[in-house]
Amino acid sequence: MRSRRFLLDKVLISLVCMSVVIAIVPLASILYYVTIRGLPAMNPGFFTKLPPLPLPGAPGGLGNAIQGTLILVGLAACIGLPFGVLSGIYVSEYGKNFYGLTVRFLGDVLVGNPSIVVGILGFILLFRPFHGDNLYAGVFSLSIIMIPIVSIATAEALNLVPSSIREASAALGIRKWRTSLLVVSNAKSGVATGALLATARVMGEAAPLILTVGWSNFWYAGPTAPVASLTYAIWSFGTSGLQNWVNLAWGAAFFLIVMVIAINLAVRLLTRGRITYA
Amino acid sequence: MPSQELEAAYEIYTQYEGMRNVSAGPKLEVRQLNAFYGTKQALYDVDLAIEPNKVTALIGPSGCGKSTLIRCLNRMHELVPDARVKGQVLLDGSDIYSKALDPVDVRRRIGMVFQKPNPFPNMSIADNVVAGLRLNGVRDRGRLEEAGRRSLQRVYLWDEVKDELKRSGASLSGGQQQRLCIARALAIEPEVILMDEPCSALDPTATAKIEELIAELKAQYTVVIVTHNMQQASRVADYTAFMYLGKLIEYGETTALFERPKEQLTERYITGKFG
Repeated sequence: MRSRRFLLDKVLISLVCMSVVIAIVPLASILYYVTIRGLPAMNPGFFTKLPPLPLPGAPGGLGNAIQGTLILVGLAACIGLPFGVLSGIYVSEYGKNFYGLTVRFLGDVLVGNPSIVVGILGFILLFRPFHGDNLYAGVFSLSIIMIPIVSIATAEALNLVPSSIREASAALGIRKWRTSLLVVSNAKSGVATGALLATARVMGEAAPLILTVGWSNFWYAGPTAPVASLTYAIWSFGTSGLQNWVNLAWGAAFFLIVMVIAINLAVRLLTRGRITYA
Repeated sequence: MPSQELEAAYEIYTQYEGMRNVSAGPKLEVRQLNAFYGTKQALYDVDLAIEPNKVTALIGPSGCGKSTLIRCLNRMHELVPDARVKGQVLLDGSDIYSKALDPVDVRRRIGMVFQKPNPFPNMSIADNVVAGLRLNGVRDRGRLEEAGRRSLQRVYLWDEVKDELKRSGASLSGGQQQRLCIARALAIEPEVILMDEPCSALDPTATAKIEELIAELKAQYTVVIVTHNMQQASRVADYTAFMYLGKLIEYGETTALFERPKEQLTERYITGKFG
């Protein structure tokens, strides 16, 4: 007789498979839709031209938004990555005390912080002093979002390095800070993974940019002027109702998704076949 | 000067050094040492004088404090969170726990080899040997290569690895890895070598090689070895200390301790009645 256990096994396995399908359907449909709608917008003009006038059929692209996103994310990474990596090193290597645990706890809180709240912080601190949309406020907000992500990923990666390496180093009379660098060099791929994922994450942020850098129809015009970005274009062009603008928004969504997938693939390549300490 | 003459001169120099050490009293002297992990006390009033250019073995059942004691000898104990030490450890007469001394400098003079071979996995064999020098700021290529070659020769690893120095240190066999770790400790030219059960992860052949090496090392260094293997202690050690429940029970010349133990506890342990 087929036992109860056999039936239970089948039921659970089908439940698991169903869950996988339910999880994949939205993801696959997003990818499918964005590709179907966004791919036709991919032409040389999309990358090199400015947005079109709000007239039916006017030609144009999102060159300025791509440029703006690259500038914003690039500068945010220049600020967010060093701070994130250093605070991660502190938490893992020096933080077995009140301060370290506090930093760790705040990191956990900040990582779940809605990005629009960070945008408001940037707005209050840097929007008003410059009397309007500016690059500084946007870069500041994005880097604040990156710091806890990178910090936690770095700390986790360093925690996986066996303590025998720290002991071996200390026993050779190597100073603590050099020992910490040695530990980091043993966790390079983990740290790089955190850095790339945080970069991908802020690339897709819209809310803080709406509050801080706004939108410009033109090429980058200096740090105290508004800056265009892909996410802003998706939001404002996508809801405009003008066919050529909506098409560009689909294009922007497709391009962003391709970028994020590329970064994730880079992470996979980077961590493939490396020694892991788990 | 030809390198042969240099080496001969070096040999004489080290022998002279050895003689000078002998006349200078114990190399390491442990006085009233108490060690704690948080509120748990692991060592009780240990007194021990470690003779220069001799091998001293610490034996005793698991949890008796022998590893804690050896880790107190180069201030590795305090790296464990909440760990504390009370008492003195004198190196050539000066307290390594004095506030004036940097623990980092203590560890450069008193090297350590661990139970599990722990070469740096992201470094080549060559880089592993000189890691202690490089990460302490030595940049001179020639000096690094020379120190690396000499250390590898001292542990008889040079002939086995000289053609593949760029390979990862982790790619060697267990016994080779442990000899690499010993070479790494020797490269910074310490005065004392501490070994915490250096053979417990190795097979008998590799163990024999390490034991031969220990016997040779004492010409130039003072060696302290923790072992739970009494045969090993009787093979390699000039002096043996028996520990039990955090206390030093008996300490003396190895042959005397094994053949005519003074304490009943020692006798029961070495005859296998407990442990």
